[in-house]
Parts: sequence; structure tokens; C-alpha cells
Amino acid sequence: MADTAVVEKKRTISFGKKERKLLTDPINDDNPITVQVLGICSALAVTTGMKNALVMAIAVIFVCIFSNAITSMFRKSIPKQVRMIVQLIIIASLVTIVELVLKAYAFESYKQLSVFIGLIITNCIVMGRLEAFAMANRPYESALDGLGNGIGYGIILIIVAFFREFFGKGEIYGAKIIGASAEYAINTTESTLFGWYQSNNLMVLFPSAMFVIAILIWAHRAWNPKLVDVS
Amino acid sequence: MHSTTSIIRFVLIMTSIVALILAALQNGLKSKHDQNESIYSKKATLAAVSNHIAGDFATLKDNDVQKIFDEQIEQVVVDQSGKVYSTEELIERGIKEGKAENLDLSREQKKPAADRLRPVYKFTKSDGSVYYILYTRGKGLWDAIWGNIALESDLSTIAGVSFDHKGETPGLGAEIKDNKSWVRQFIGKKIYDGDKFMSVTVRKGGAKDPVHEVDGISGATITADGVSDMLESGLKAYEPYLKTIKS
Repeated sequence: MADTAVVEKKRTISFGKKERKLLTDPINDDNPITVQVLGICSALAVTTGMKNALVMAIAVIFVCIFSNAITSMFRKSIPKQVRMIVQLIIIASLVTIVELVLKAYAFESYKQLSVFIGLIITNCIVMGRLEAFAMANRPYESALDGLGNGIGYGIILIIVAFFREFFGKGEIYGAKIIGASAEYAINTTESTLFGWYQSNNLMVLFPSAMFVIAILIWAHRAWNPKLVDVS
Repeated sequence: MHSTTSIIRFVLIMTSIVALILAALQNGLKSKHDQNESIYSKKATLAAVSNHIAGDFATLKDNDVQKIFDEQIEQVVVDQSGKVYSTEELIERGIKEGKAENLDLSREQKKPAADRLRPVYKFTKSDGSVYYILYTRGKGLWDAIWGNIALESDLSTIAGVSFDHKGETPGLGAEIKDNKSWVRQFIGKKIYDGDKFMSVTVRKGGAKDPVHEVDGISGATITADGVSDMLESGLKAYEPYLKTIKS
């Protein structure tokens, strides 16, 4: 108890080296997808196009920040025996709030993502951060940690979606870039780049997300010496 | 260490607060949700004739949708035998205001085919030409799919379609709604070959018959087959009604 009391004394909200590390660590050295291999399920499901990946990333960042902050606020009063259930309630209600608000004020994107918004509840990253970080730290640091992890997840999601959309459909963010434009009988836009390119259907299917993530993990490890396994 | 009573108290208080917040939010936003749903389905109906509506359809405002619906659309409710229902008959059956737009179409789908009420929206373009927008519903890979099909006044040529779905995968099955160039293929296809009902089929690997077939969607064969089945059964059910207009 003595340790926590010392930490609680400094109530100042600052943005120093430690806080920056909270933000940047999950983006690089401790990335939830490429290093911890968490949240793979949704990374497979929503990465067929960049638009969906982007909205999903924003929603996860929101849920991560607030669930971390709220859990951290109540961390001393949450009974240890039921903490998982309490965390789940917090996540589920936040996701429901996102869903209700989107349905009222952004109906089009609600329609497009309705299936995946529910999926945030089962995203292991959110729950993992609550257990590992928010239960032991102040709300401010927890919110930063949530933001960092959300961004770390989102970046990988968008990179994977970029490769899958580009090679699978020849598009970037819904705009046709490469390959023949006349895939369907009537098409008004003309494509000029690499007209011979035949869209690779495998990239649209789920297994390709596995390949892309595996290659990303390899590239990340090769590039970042801290991740080399010494054991 | 917490005692059992304090745990139960904590959980009870917490769930009550969460339930209250969510219930209040749901209630407060309900009218907005309903209004969004209603405009959304009206816009989907109009999307089938989007080529014949002045201005950019994608940026059409909610009250413009309502205005077109009030001024240019005549709502009719029919059944499989071609019988046209009057407003009084519909109110008697519990349809609000006796209007086709208030039909609960997913509930109609659960009835036997012969009892189903089917909406027809008669759209009059500003130059006076008339289009019939028909509705059909079927099954995709995961859940329900449905569509609006607009026929020109010859009652065979498709003027446009719009599809929607409950839970198809974005990027795969959901392309039936999102991929506008795929949807555009339907324009100009014919559902009749002379007097013979042909429907329009989605063919995997590319359309062979230029009049009655369209290309399939990569990675969404089952959803595309669902669209073919839905068009065949749905359009066929309107045949008796279409015959009464023709004669």
C-alpha cells in the first residue's frame, strides 16, 4: 500500500518522457497486433477496405480511451473477484453508446459498420489493457495508454487494409487505381494504370489477412532490434 | 478482500446505473432512430430510379426525399393474385395510414407467399413518364437481403435497382449494395423474353446472356445466388398485378 500512496501524491497532469512512452510504446515496441498478437480476429474481418478499417480504428480508439479511464477511476472500489465482469459491463455499455449515437447522428456509417461495432466488445486489446494497465494506474495515464494502444491497433489495421484493397480490388480508399476499369459491363470511369492487372481475389478473402499480418510481423521484427528473441 | 454482500451490492448498483444510462439514451434517441430508418428505406426505394431524379442522388437531403415521396410517388399494396388493396382494407389489417411505406416487410416475409402484402411504388418523373418500383426479399449468406426493382412502363425493362442486406460481409457480400458499378449493370436488362418470364440472373464468371444476366461478384457467390433467387421469386409474384396494368 505504501508504494501506491507515494504515486498518488503526485497528482499533477503532465506530458513528460514517461507519458510519451505510454503513447509510443504500443505503436512500435509493444504493438498489440504485431508484437502481442492480440485483436487478430477483427483485423481479419474489417480489413477488406480502408474505409471500414478507418471507422473501426476510430471506434476502437474511443472505446479504449474511455473504458481505460473509467475502469481506472473505479479501480479501488471494484471487487477483485468480479473485476472481469465489471470490466466487460463497462466495455459493453461504451460500445452500445457508440452504436446508439452513430444510429442517431451518422446513420449511413452505422448501417455500414453495424456488424463490426458489436465486435469491439470481443476485442482482446480492450480487455487486455483494462486488466494489465487500468487496474493499477491513474485515469490520466490509463487514458493515454488506451489512446496509444488504439492507435497502434488502428495503424496496423489500415496498413493491412491498404494492401488487401489495393491488390484485391485495385482500389485505394474506394477509388479505382490500377487494373481494368470495366470489370462490370457498364462503367463510366476509365482506368489508365496497369490495365492488364487482374485483381487478386485471394486478397479479398480472409486468409490473405493472415499472410499480410505475418509479413508485417516479420518486417517489424527485422527492422526493430528490440524485438529480436534472445532466448 | 471484499465480502460477498459488498460484492453483490457493488454489482447491483453498477448494473442499475448502466441500465439507466443506456435506457435513457435509447429512449431519448428513439424518435430520431425511427425517423432515420423511415427516410433510409424511402431513399432506398428512390435509389432504384435515381437516374431519373434531378440533382445528385447521393447528396439528397432528408426532407427532399420526403418531398419526392409526397409529390411524385403513388403507393399501392398488392398480393400474389394481383388484387389491389384499398386504404380501408389496409387500415383494418393494422397498417398505419393504410400506406405501403408502413408495411412491416420482414414480417410479411414470414407469412405464406399467398398471404403476403407487397408494396408497389408508382413513380412519375417530372417529364410525365411512369416507373413501377417493386420490392423483393430473400436470403443472403448470413441474413436477409432485399431489393427495390424499378421497371419502365413496358413492364419488362429494368430502369434501376437498389439492394440492401442485414448482415453481409463488407467488401464481399455487402458489395450488392456498396458497389455502384455492379448495381448499374441491371439497368436495361429485361425480365421478360416476349411473353415468357425470364427474371435476371447473376452469373458467376461473367454474364453470357446480355439481356437477362449480369456478372457475379468475386468472393460473394452465395450472396449473388441469393440475389438471383430473390429476383426470380419476388418478380414472379408481381406477374398477375403487372398483367392487370398491361391490359
